[in-house]
Amino acid sequence: MPRPGLLSALAFTAIGSLFGALLFGSFPISALQVFDSIVFPVPGVVDDVIWKLRLPRALAAFACGGLLATSGVLLQVLLRNPLADPYILGVSGGAALGALTALLFGAGLAVTNLAALAGALGAIAIVFALSFRAGDWNLHRLLLTGVVLSAAFTALISLILVLAPQVQLKGMLFWLMGDLSHAGSSAIAWMLLALGLAAFMMGSGSLNALALGALKARAFGVPVGGLQAALYFGAAVATVAAVLLGGSIGFVGLMVPHALRLIGVNDHRWLLPASALLGGSFVVIADTFARAAWAPQQLPVGVFTALLGVPVLLFLLSRKP
Amino acid sequence: MLRAEQLTIAVGARTLCRDLDLAVAPGELWAVLGCNGSGKTTLLHTLAGLAPAVTGLVTVAGKPLADYRQREIGRARGILLQREDQEYWGTLADYVLLGRYPHARRLFGWAAADEEALAGALAAFDLVPLAAQAYGTLSGGERQRARLAQLWAQDPGLLLLDEPLQHLDLRHQLQTLERVREAVHGTGKAALLVLHDLTYAGRCDRVLMLYGDGRYAAGAAAELLQPERLEDLYGCRVRAYGDGPHAHFIPVI
Repeated sequence: MPRPGLLSALAFTAIGSLFGALLFGSFPISALQVFDSIVFPVPGVVDDVIWKLRLPRALAAFACGGLLATSGVLLQVLLRNPLADPYILGVSGGAALGALTALLFGAGLAVTNLAALAGALGAIAIVFALSFRAGDWNLHRLLLTGVVLSAAFTALISLILVLAPQVQLKGMLFWLMGDLSHAGSSAIAWMLLALGLAAFMMGSGSLNALALGALKARAFGVPVGGLQAALYFGAAVATVAAVLLGGSIGFVGLMVPHALRLIGVNDHRWLLPASALLGGSFVVIADTFARAAWAPQQLPVGVFTALLGVPVLLFLLSRKP
Repeated sequence: MLRAEQLTIAVGARTLCRDLDLAVAPGELWAVLGCNGSGKTTLLHTLAGLAPAVTGLVTVAGKPLADYRQREIGRARGILLQREDQEYWGTLADYVLLGRYPHARRLFGWAAADEEALAGALAAFDLVPLAAQAYGTLSGGERQRARLAQLWAQDPGLLLLDEPLQHLDLRHQLQTLERVREAVHGTGKAALLVLHDLTYAGRCDRVLMLYGDGRYAAGAAAELLQPERLEDLYGCRVRAYGDGPHAHFIPVI
């Protein structure tokens, strides 16, 4: 498919997914009512459900998915490893450890988020300090440091889960699996998504060159050192913003870029916006399922990103090229 | 076009080349000869600014390497790497277009100059029929030509080619050498070719020999391509058939 066509198709998917998120839920609202409420908002229950409950959550879901998918693209270029996903550098592990520690001590939402932020920043600082020594980026060291650190976080998280009293366990599990029911305002996440996308799309030529390897990129005159640092911090910031909004929603950052590559989108000038759109729509759809499938029971969105995403990716992988 | 002054290069504790003075003028085609591990690739990387020198200064087009801004250096010099480990998922045309990085000014799509450079580079290496094919499905020789075409699309003034003829069939070896000679003698570029085939080395203007122990020899091809010099360089017996630029050198078995 021509790239502009693909982008418009994805933009329609995004709008459709957001409309679906407004339509479905435990409170029955018809498509006509949704239209009405969008065009002529009249104070009432329907308006409250749409404007105060469903829309903020759908926007948060979209920002979350867009950030995770973008972060996945950036890390796959940086580490030149197809298995790289936003959580490989230990950012989510650090955030989860911070959040669960706060939850263990019965902290409220604001404190939990602050603790998650502190944990994520701590993880970024440790990985960066250990792997960026003497000004040389050793990508294997970066990858291994992230993986080793993640293992340590996983161990500590398991410890907290074992020690935690029964009442707090469910909240912790939701946090670990990714859950958007407590998502606050997504304004900052949207801003970061827009800024990050714009910045890295401007540098998409450099990303394409770097995908051929650092030496090759330097042969073209790409400022490789600075670009790698920008990729690392860009991916880290995007992941932190997404994790603070929705917990560790898995699979989006890994699956979305690969799904697009498998249908032939390799050029980062298209891959970046396409990933953001597809990742956003994907999480919105998964979150709509999470809210509506067993309504009024709410399920963690992370379960559905995996359940919906795995068959799609397996199908694309098994397809003959 | 290219100057190296008092250049010393080393890999680990091994000094491969000591106090090299080299001046490559526009329109000059150089062959770089030496045994495996004698520092040919390291020298090319150093001249391209991809590897640090122990001591010494490299200037390209009159300007020290360190003074270049990033994209500018991609227009001044280009290097054909001997190995490329990375898989590439796009088509051959996409791959060749990556060479336009130092010239690209547009965020989306390519400028007319880029499309022209692509068409020229594909035609130069017989790649037009393969343009839409996935790079991953190309054969070894086709990939080598794709790398050459990418460098042609990059269009730098100084060409540093590390074993440009590897994997190529006979016709494409000749064609590639012809393309290099056209670029150098026709458009005033300069080129350094790492070669193992002495017949092709004889078609170059000048020769640089690296002995791998710090010694080097540089001079006119006719002067340096002599059996006794080659025997000294490679450590095996060599016999010459014919003379001048059409001489053939055969190892004595």
